Amino acid sequence: MARRIVITGMGWVTPLGCDLETVWQRLLKGDSGVAPTTIFDARTFPTQFAAEVKDFDLRAVLGEHFEAHRSASRNAAFALGAAEMAWRHAGLNGGSGADPEMTGVYLGGGEGPIDFDNFVAAAIAGWNPETRQLDTVRWAEVAGQRLAAAREFEQDPNCAAHHIACRFNAQGPNLNTLTACAASTQAIGEAMLIIRRGDADVMITGGAHSMIHPLGVTGFNRLTALSERNDSPATASRPFDATRDGFVIGEGAGILILEELENARRRGAHILAEIVGYGSTADAFRVTDMHEDGRGPMAAMRAALADAGLQPADIDYISAHGTSTEENDKIESKAIGGVFGDSARRVPVSSVKSMLGHLIAGAGAVELITVVLALRDGIIPPTSNYATPDPNCPLDYVPNEPRRATLKTCLSNSFGFGGQNDTLAVRAFE
Amino acid sequence: MTPQRVVITGLGPVTPIGVGAQTFWDALLSGTNAIRRLSAFDPARFDSQIGGEISGLKATDFVPKSYRKASKIMARDIELAVAAAHQAVTDAGLRTRCLLDRGEAEGGPNLDPARFGANIGAGLICADLHELAEALHSASEDGNFSMARWGAEGMNNLTPLWLLKFLPNMLACHVTIVHDAQGPSNTITCGEASSHLAIGEAFRAIARGVADVCICGGAESKINPMALMRQALGRRLSRRNDTPESACRPFGAERDGTVVAEGGGLVILEALEHARRRGAPIRAELVGFGAANDVYSAGQPSQLAPDGRGLALAARKAIRDAGLTPEQVNVVTAAGYGMPAEDRVEAAAIRSVLGPRAADVPVLTIKGGLGNNGAGSGAVDFIASVLTLQHNCLPPAINSAPADPECGLRLVTDGPVDAPAEYVLSLAFALTGGQCAALVIKRYRD
Repeated sequence: MARRIVITGMGWVTPLGCDLETVWQRLLKGDSGVAPTTIFDARTFPTQFAAEVKDFDLRAVLGEHFEAHRSASRNAAFALGAAEMAWRHAGLNGGSGADPEMTGVYLGGGEGPIDFDNFVAAAIAGWNPETRQLDTVRWAEVAGQRLAAAREFEQDPNCAAHHIACRFNAQGPNLNTLTACAASTQAIGEAMLIIRRGDADVMITGGAHSMIHPLGVTGFNRLTALSERNDSPATASRPFDATRDGFVIGEGAGILILEELENARRRGAHILAEIVGYGSTADAFRVTDMHEDGRGPMAAMRAALADAGLQPADIDYISAHGTSTEENDKIESKAIGGVFGDSARRVPVSSVKSMLGHLIAGAGAVELITVVLALRDGIIPPTSNYATPDPNCPLDYVPNEPRRATLKTCLSNSFGFGGQNDTLAVRAFE
Repeated sequence: MTPQRVVITGLGPVTPIGVGAQTFWDALLSGTNAIRRLSAFDPARFDSQIGGEISGLKATDFVPKSYRKASKIMARDIELAVAAAHQAVTDAGLRTRCLLDRGEAEGGPNLDPARFGANIGAGLICADLHELAEALHSASEDGNFSMARWGAEGMNNLTPLWLLKFLPNMLACHVTIVHDAQGPSNTITCGEASSHLAIGEAFRAIARGVADVCICGGAESKINPMALMRQALGRRLSRRNDTPESACRPFGAERDGTVVAEGGGLVILEALEHARRRGAPIRAELVGFGAANDVYSAGQPSQLAPDGRGLALAARKAIRDAGLTPEQVNVVTAAGYGMPAEDRVEAAAIRSVLGPRAADVPVLTIKGGLGNNGAGSGAVDFIASVLTLQHNCLPPAINSAPADPECGLRLVTDGPVDAPAEYVLSLAFALTGGQCAALVIKRYRD
């Protein structure tokens, strides 16, 4: 018989805080974590606001374990903090009851932020304006003096997974995927499969990212992907609204403990929900655009349903990727229409990115946590900032107010630049 | 449901010693060495000034005409992956969109795009320093950077699609577009363990029946100033700048560090039934996969557990997954970086898995002639492993003589030798992060 995989712990570090219940209540109230950028001086940037994590102190979360992880990058620190909270939430402080060799980590972790000041100093020193060439000799002189090995290697995207493995003695499979904005949904799906096939019994999974640094914001500004509503940061992220003008960059982490059902039962764990399906596909269309029919997202949702043995009619709620970009929201709506047909308008769809911004690689994990809480409490978080309907987005987006509902089975979507599509199916545990 | 058997039907190595399976194999057998003083940029101020470069390779030669423009937004890592993909699908006789569009295959596609998956390992792709430095300089005054000028004007000197050149999943993105692979897709970023993890996960995807064919492996270029600087800061590199060809000495007594390289490898994994149905050439069967972390030191992620426990655990898991015992392993393919501490750790892992047999089981180690290309290095090792199994022949370990007696491994240093093998165990581990992975390849029999 197929092994069943349940969620037994969750933790997050978000622009609305780090306590599981407090953040959840703030999401239900429609609070916004978006404000003017403080991490660097963005006052001349096209986009001057972001959803930053504030008041997060890794030392306070880790206590006596902090020293060993003092070198963690902002990205790894978010991941580790969220993992610590998830581990405790799962009641694993006293040990997992699982073999360390059968305990693994699968993150959708971003890269650590670049050592910006030193990198820039070397780049400017190395540029020869006369020849209009980089003088690599001069560059190496300055870079060699200013850059440091430890800080460089902490940027590697697999470092967060290593910190977590060390903290919890997780000797089993250890992977990091970086499929852009789909990464942590992908990681959770892949971690689920690793347990299902018997390669591990417990997986610490999810994702983390911070791209709120000058080059990250530059990259997205150049792509014109970000909202430029500088006069109204808190209402800038408006998924599915006709006046949306781009996504709002956020940062943070979401981590979940996945466990094989019998392992969870044996140790008397409180089971939060069951992950029943996962689908991953590629658009294979264009680097810059989604396929206009939404074929990749449709295929991912269908693959997740098929993996779970579900029909579209079984789905009570969809946590959308819902980025607040013109293209994503239109095509995601179309794809949901394609999969759900005539009943698409009866399935509530919402995007918490309206309040948290877009946590990039970390987005999917944080959103999955909201889905599990929605299942638990029978309440759907709203799409905030929704005022003007868009004829290209004709679904029920749960505008502005949370909604009571009987929820049993939900989907969570994440789509990444380059046509990477991932969908998870989660069910209330029975 | 019985898991599908998974076979290897295509190999696409893109390396400093050769591009394409046959060229690469011939170069391995003849002991070709491609380590030279770097020519891509002036390395005079680096401790290590040598590496393995691939000259004359460009992505436009491997994509349909209509896609050539997209090569403008390909970092070198992406170009390498696109080239490797072309080699791999050609080798496998797959009629993908790319080969049909280029007139290199006839008839219709011989695979279902929806069941054609991809899992491609990638590194932390370095931004093109030239482009970035020019833009940053434009926002500086008297050598000092001004964030205000950067936000207002400087950033506009970067091409609008700048970010897309460097996202790690762009390797898989371009490859899946070019070859129309719409199935399960993933990008693993775990340093030098990436390729093995990607191949192992693709193996599982086919085994569970969600794909018929997967293109998997990895690619990376460490031939740029930033990548070389990072490796130099980590004190990983050989300083034998005067004798590049003998600089990288895997498990050699006189090793002093690895050398950087660029390259990649993608392979085609296929469900046995699918391969049989289309009459595909079957090179070998993939039968085991294991992964682990050595959980040694969070504060020093580039330090490995001295006993090699992470790599040993991955190897044991892979051997068990294949339904074997360590006694049945005939050849071990080592990552063999040529680094003083890391090679000793890897040897310890091999000894711990094989026991006393470690002194007798031949080790395949190839970096002496082509260097370390990071996330793509495992795929190149894997491809060499498949060819070794297929040809019953072990290529020489370049520069490994005199061998380090403390490592206690059997290195074949004087020319290729006959090595009939039923099973090859291929190892990989990240130089930062503790990720370890192992794959077991079996001679194909009906």
